[in-house]
Amino acid sequence: MRRSNEPIAWSLFGAGGMLLAFVGPGLIVVTGLLLGVLLADQPASVYESLLRWLSHPLGKLLMLSVVALSLYHTCHRLYHATHDLHLRAPNALMLVLFYGGATVLSGITAVVLWSIGA
Amino acid sequence: MSQTIRIQLERYRPEEDSEPWQQTVEVPYHRDTSVLDALNYIKDHVDPSLSYRWSCRMAICGSCGVMINDEPRLGCKTFLREYLDAGELRVRAMDNFPIERDLIADIGGLVGHIESVDPFLIVDAERPLSEGENLQTPLQLERYEAFSECINCGLCYAACPQFGRNPQFLGPAAITLAQRYNLDSRDDGTPRRLAYLNAEEGVWSCTFVGYCSEVCPKAVDPAAAINQGKVSSTLDFVQRRAVDPVSTEDG
Repeated sequence: MRRSNEPIAWSLFGAGGMLLAFVGPGLIVVTGLLLGVLLADQPASVYESLLRWLSHPLGKLLMLSVVALSLYHTCHRLYHATHDLHLRAPNALMLVLFYGGATVLSGITAVVLWSIGA
Repeated sequence: MSQTIRIQLERYRPEEDSEPWQQTVEVPYHRDTSVLDALNYIKDHVDPSLSYRWSCRMAICGSCGVMINDEPRLGCKTFLREYLDAGELRVRAMDNFPIERDLIADIGGLVGHIESVDPFLIVDAERPLSEGENLQTPLQLERYEAFSECINCGLCYAACPQFGRNPQFLGPAAITLAQRYNLDSRDDGTPRRLAYLNAEEGVWSCTFVGYCSEVCPKAVDPAAAINQGKVSSTLDFVQRRAVDPVSTEDG
């Protein structure tokens, strides 16, 4: 029987899911709520600290992992959901749409991150 | 036994009927009347031509799987009292299989898949009797014990939308059985079974709907087995341990 290539997509899906489950809530609480509330009177310092963080290669890498893996996770699930919901479309088109979409958006994220602090 | 409940049966007799039709029967019930008891009542007192499979009456033979109000269930483990509010039961042959006759599904596809995954201990070297018992620790037993409780009733196949759309998919019970032996410390057959599991029709047709585990009457949790199989198959994508069973000596 022919080996499926699905492990590649499933690994990205699994990694994104784990990352979202473990890191996602913390990131949302810190960047979305805590920083905004605790440092509401000094927005410049919030901007400065995030800029410093994203200027560091490790910061860029972490942010890219969070964004790209979440995208692959979501697109993989949506791709299989279209199958489960019996949405009829050529499979090649769906693959390009979902996994291609995740790849393009990850690429844009990488370019944007690369330009920060450069 | 003065109270009755209405049961709607889906009948299909291939030599007489061009398509399935509905038969409604009133059946007396007690608190402890199972759906299988009701079918036996109908067969004995109402219509002896009704066909259905059954044997043990205690959820271990796996013969009496049917759809009850659109849910895959064992007739012997489902009681009429659960449906008093609904007022009516609709019973038909298991979904996703061809109907052989009346409530009997043709489960040949399921049996074929189960046979195809080498569901037995495979050892690289025979152990001489002089070595004594092949011992396992409780932990080693625990790894696969739940997966060995499967009674091959086929309810998980009736529940699985992927098997319904593609009968080539190995399906919940066969993959669970493969996993049961792959996780057994006495077994060396994993590379052979991985060849099946790695395929699109192996673990990768599953989109983790999870209904198989909900309907399983023995709490086997086939969805967990399939997803463990996905982890094994993903590792094997890198490790390349799988061997084509056709090329092995007794495959």
